[in-house]
Amino acid sequence: MTEFTPLMSLVGGTLIGLSAVLLMAFNGRIAGMTGILTGLLPPVSTDWPWRAAFIAGAIAAPMLVLSLSSQTIGFDSSVANPWLAVSGLIVGVGVYFGSGCTSGHGVCGMARLSPRSIAATAVFMATTTATVFVSRHMLGGL
Amino acid sequence: MQRTITAGLAGLVFGTGMALSGMSNPAKVLNFFDFAGSWDPSLALVMASALLVTAVGYRFVLRRDKPIVEARFHLPTARKLDTPLLAGSALFGVGWGISGFCPGGAIPALGLAEPSAWIFVGTMLAGIVAARTVRLALESRATQTA
Repeated sequence: MTEFTPLMSLVGGTLIGLSAVLLMAFNGRIAGMTGILTGLLPPVSTDWPWRAAFIAGAIAAPMLVLSLSSQTIGFDSSVANPWLAVSGLIVGVGVYFGSGCTSGHGVCGMARLSPRSIAATAVFMATTTATVFVSRHMLGGL
Repeated sequence: MQRTITAGLAGLVFGTGMALSGMSNPAKVLNFFDFAGSWDPSLALVMASALLVTAVGYRFVLRRDKPIVEARFHLPTARKLDTPLLAGSALFGVGWGISGFCPGGAIPALGLAEPSAWIFVGTMLAGIVAARTVRLALESRATQTA
């Protein structure tokens, strides 16, 4: 069980949106994790510094929150390691061919009313729901 | 240099939002999708608020001729709903449903020093590199035979 956290979820969602607006306003870029990461992998894109900075900021953020405030960050993963590895591989291949993930399609693309992003988001929300149903209610958890 | 600093700041805000919202917490993500079980509606509020802020912000930002520290806006130009988009997204959902990790949630989770996040991100990066290698090879073969 995880508790319903309306306030923190609204605060967090607002910050995710703010980040997307900042990156567009200053750098003219979509704040999509898939696109940003892909340019950092071989063949590495020539504009890698801003990408690396965004990733570094994203990784440093939870550490800063924990060290500078009394805020706790919930984290719980009970999925077995082999399934984590399989999941990562599937996600990597999927987001590459799908040209984006939750941040790029689900937030930035949907906000632009991009038909591709709306379709992509509808598809991955559906297959995620189906996968969770199968893994939890038919296979009894992974 | 300027563009690196602004991107770093945007990354900080992104990671803070992911961590506070619960998007970096796999259990919370899986519960959001578990309508038949321990449903946690929190992530609907994350998506709704992120979308609202982005939609309103983009309206103002994209009215400008160019971004503040960059020569032009880099917006995706593809319009077609093609097989890679739909099949790739379907696949992504399967992976997301297995672990509860998506790329945007997992990267900030690296900062929580959780081994599960490192395993996921490791194979995810391998998956992106493998998929990209296949696509680039297919494209270069297509140009050679054309």
